[in-house]
Amino acid sequence: MATHDEIEIEVLRYHPETDSEPSYRTYRVPFAHETSVLQGLQYIKDRLDGSLTFRWSCRMAICGSCGMMINGVPNLTCSAFLREYHPGKLRIEPLAHLPIERDLAVDQTDFLEKLASIQPYIIPAESKAVDEGPFTQTPAQRERFYQYSECINCLLCYAACPQYGLDSGFLGPAALALLHRYNSDSRDVGKADRMPIVNAQEGVWACTLVGYCSEVCPKGVDPASAVNRNKVISTLDYFFRFMAPRGASE
Amino acid sequence: MAVRRPYVRPMAGWWRRNPFYIFYMLREATSVFVALYALQLLYGLYTLAVGEAAFDAWLVSLRHPLFLVFHGVALAAALLHAFTWFNVAPKAMPVLYLGSHRVADRTLVWAQYLIFAVISVAILGVVLGG
Ligand code: SF4
Ligand code: FES
Repeated sequence: MATHDEIEIEVLRYHPETDSEPSYRTYRVPFAHETSVLQGLQYIKDRLDGSLTFRWSCRMAICGSCGMMINGVPNLTCSAFLREYHPGKLRIEPLAHLPIERDLAVDQTDFLEKLASIQPYIIPAESKAVDEGPFTQTPAQRERFYQYSECINCLLCYAACPQYGLDSGFLGPAALALLHRYNSDSRDVGKADRMPIVNAQEGVWACTLVGYCSEVCPKGVDPASAVNRNKVISTLDYFFRFMAPRGASE
Repeated sequence: MAVRRPYVRPMAGWWRRNPFYIFYMLREATSVFVALYALQLLYGLYTLAVGEAAFDAWLVSLRHPLFLVFHGVALAAALLHAFTWFNVAPKAMPVLYLGSHRVADRTLVWAQYLIFAVISVAILGVVLGG
């Protein structure tokens, strides 16, 4: 790469076997116009300190592995560029609100369990054998959920959500956006199964519409809209359950 | 065997960490002024029930400079409250379709201002005309 400048990168480091708490370490990294923040970290790992730990895979904003805090803002490090921060410096930390596993890698277990709990797959009314063909739908039916299916599980929205930071019992933006994605799918009949999750205190009602999740989402999922539309749906669900004997409205 | 000791960072002072959070707290704080204004208006209604003298005394007390300042602040808070609510309302309502076209969030935000303006003019008409 055609190097023309240097930038200071401050990284929050934490090695559980030796450190009692995380601390910052500063590195000077040369960069060119096209050097991403992720490449800056790779430079540190390859040339300055091989013990630096961080996740990445695709380098093209689709795998969702490389999310970190850059100067306090959740971002994908592969789609942010060092030049954007020059002549200032960068402070890189692991995604906020999630436990630090090691250096810039966070513990994703909580989210993965939550994701599994919403049954993130189509539950058809009747299962079909593969040779009976696919379940079809119209473009208009697809339009109802498409935006929510764009989620790449990068967890930037969890790092943006103070309610999740204050109480990790909250199901959180992406899990609720994906729950809404399947509930809005014309091929799916799992809504009744998923509604108790929506209605719970840890479901949509833990959200106070800070709205930062939608601001930082790199895929335009707008999880805040999924959560808050489900407040209306949850209220109606409660109302109809109250009005009709269980099962009568299904 | 690697040591696992996940480190949970403290949340104290979280709302000062990001301008977005500060604005969120400001938005939430506006509700305090809206509530105080409503209480004050309720008190006015109460004096109306008590009698003319009490109501007049309430009207006079409203001219106190401190009350004027409070009303200025309450108005600013109510406007910010409305502005932020109008901005997020499209996220809370079902998606609207016109034919097969999805109505954009921006259009919904502007529609609220339009409705707001129409109602305000109508109320002003009733007040000034009546
Ligand atoms: S909703 Fe957006 S920010 Fe949240 S995990 Fe999915 S892609 Fe990432
Ligand atoms: S490396 Fe895959 S999203 Fe950044």
